[in-house]
Amino acid sequence: MTVIDQVDVPAVEPRSPSRAWRKLKANRGALVGLGIILFFTLLAVLAPLLPIADPNATNWLAIRTAPSATYWLGTDDIGRDILSRMIWGAQASLLAGVVSVAIAVAIGVPFGLVSGYFGGWTDQIISRVTEALLAMPFLITAIALAAFLGPSLMNAMIAIGISAMPVFIRLTRGQVLAVKTEDYVEGARSIGLRHSSIILRYILPNVFAPILVQATLTIATAIIAEASLSFLGLGQQPPAPSWGSMLNVAKNYLSQAPWMAMWPGAAIFLVVIGFNLLGDGLRDALDPREA
Amino acid sequence: MYSYIGKRLLVAIPTLLIISVFVFSLQKLLPGDPVLAMAGEDRDPQTIEYLREKYHLNDPVPVQYLRWAGSALQGDLGMSLRTKQPVLKLIGDKLPVTIQLAVMSIAFAFLIGIPMGILAAVKKNTALDYVANIVALSGLSIPNFWLGIMLILLISVKLGWLPASGYRPFFDDPLRSIQTMLMPAFVLGNALAATLMRHTRSAMLSVLSADYIRTARAKGLSERAVVLEHSFRNAVLPIVTLSALLFGELLAGAVLTEQIFTIPGFGKLIVDAVFTRDYAVVQGVVLCTAVGFILMNLVADVFYVLLNPRMRAAL
Repeated sequence: MTVIDQVDVPAVEPRSPSRAWRKLKANRGALVGLGIILFFTLLAVLAPLLPIADPNATNWLAIRTAPSATYWLGTDDIGRDILSRMIWGAQASLLAGVVSVAIAVAIGVPFGLVSGYFGGWTDQIISRVTEALLAMPFLITAIALAAFLGPSLMNAMIAIGISAMPVFIRLTRGQVLAVKTEDYVEGARSIGLRHSSIILRYILPNVFAPILVQATLTIATAIIAEASLSFLGLGQQPPAPSWGSMLNVAKNYLSQAPWMAMWPGAAIFLVVIGFNLLGDGLRDALDPREA
Repeated sequence: MYSYIGKRLLVAIPTLLIISVFVFSLQKLLPGDPVLAMAGEDRDPQTIEYLREKYHLNDPVPVQYLRWAGSALQGDLGMSLRTKQPVLKLIGDKLPVTIQLAVMSIAFAFLIGIPMGILAAVKKNTALDYVANIVALSGLSIPNFWLGIMLILLISVKLGWLPASGYRPFFDDPLRSIQTMLMPAFVLGNALAATLMRHTRSAMLSVLSADYIRTARAKGLSERAVVLEHSFRNAVLPIVTLSALLFGELLAGAVLTEQIFTIPGFGKLIVDAVFTRDYAVVQGVVLCTAVGFILMNLVADVFYVLLNPRMRAAL
């Protein structure tokens, strides 16, 4: 899912949490998405406890072995167990998705709150910078940043987070503009509450729902972005496993060992579709206009 | 109309200014002192001082920025460290390749995405609608570099139908050129088709429930005329805007697609530049991409006004 798709989250007040939860539970797509995410999260968390081979252990007698009873998903170009690397690779992908979105939210939301709430010159400056950042394609910005920061998983996460940040500034600003004219905000202002209290106690909780939806959908984009950066050699560095770097190696052995390319890509696809399904479900569940 | 275009261009100036600051700042992110890297083994203080003077690195950062921005305005984006050619020339050489890929991808996206979106809207809540939505969601979720690898595996390695790589310029050998570009264009167009499908469906659904469509049906017009002439014509406006916004996605997607199919285009240029630490090229590509994106937005806005009689009248 592209960043462009995701910015159109409706500027409406969320429905109550219990109703939203009931609606989410009734959405089969969202539940499937949640199931996929939970499955991969469990794999990633339990990786050290699972009875699987060391993901970096090489076996020169089992180079590019096809899937078998010993190696369920086969081995790679230097005889490493693909299943083990897939499970450990889930850590890098999920971590990159969550951390980069956390960075984007942690920077983008405060700027959006300030921009929308105070308006005036502050808003003008933040909005112009946001527009400029949005004019640079997400992945190209991430590649450029990762290239200048240096190749590593942490830098890839920072690059993705900064590239995804403008979407959160724009979304939050739009939501604040819709909420700040509500009676309860006017009331809070009239009793003399400080701006910071109004923003944190009255505005932030009421703009939280669309940010949550956007964050869920952006995790999907961030996972693809991390895989893309790792595929290009700008993310997770070898020998540490990551789905993107596994694909980078696999493309050199397509005719000899096609299984090397199949599994990591399928895993990325599944996790991303999981987050997209959950994001779509959350959007429907939290939007009061949906019947 | 001209004054409208002029106003939109004026609005783009601060955006471009901020982008230029961002692109210039990228080189400041580089760890270490670039002069020490340039001096190599020879860490003679005189050489280092000479290099600092030569590249104006002793100047304050704002002065360095103004000098860089002034050169960029005159089309001087610096020299490539690797090829020793001007960055703008390198970009100009690679651009036609990516434009060919982009045109073919957009053709795929339109041919798949728009009919699918119309059908899904007309047959809302039927099996066809569900299938179209699942296909679109899959298209948005599949990493295009993996799709490319899988297509090479199936179509080139197993079936031998199309070449996996070996770009040929269109004007040298049109047939071979199209053959080599078919798979990359499909890969790149796939995600765009999914986005277009979703937006077309959504735009068509809002138009199909409008009063004038009910009136058109009541007048006894055929369903084909109602859908294509009355509904789609009005639903096309947001799709036009979206198509321009997709330009950025297209360029970003081209980075990986060109890498997989070894197409010597704009995307491969940035990747090669990253690996050879050719930072002037990376900066140049980012700057040109952003400028292109802003221009495409402007074109979309102009088209929007041209296609919408109410907006045209308001100008």
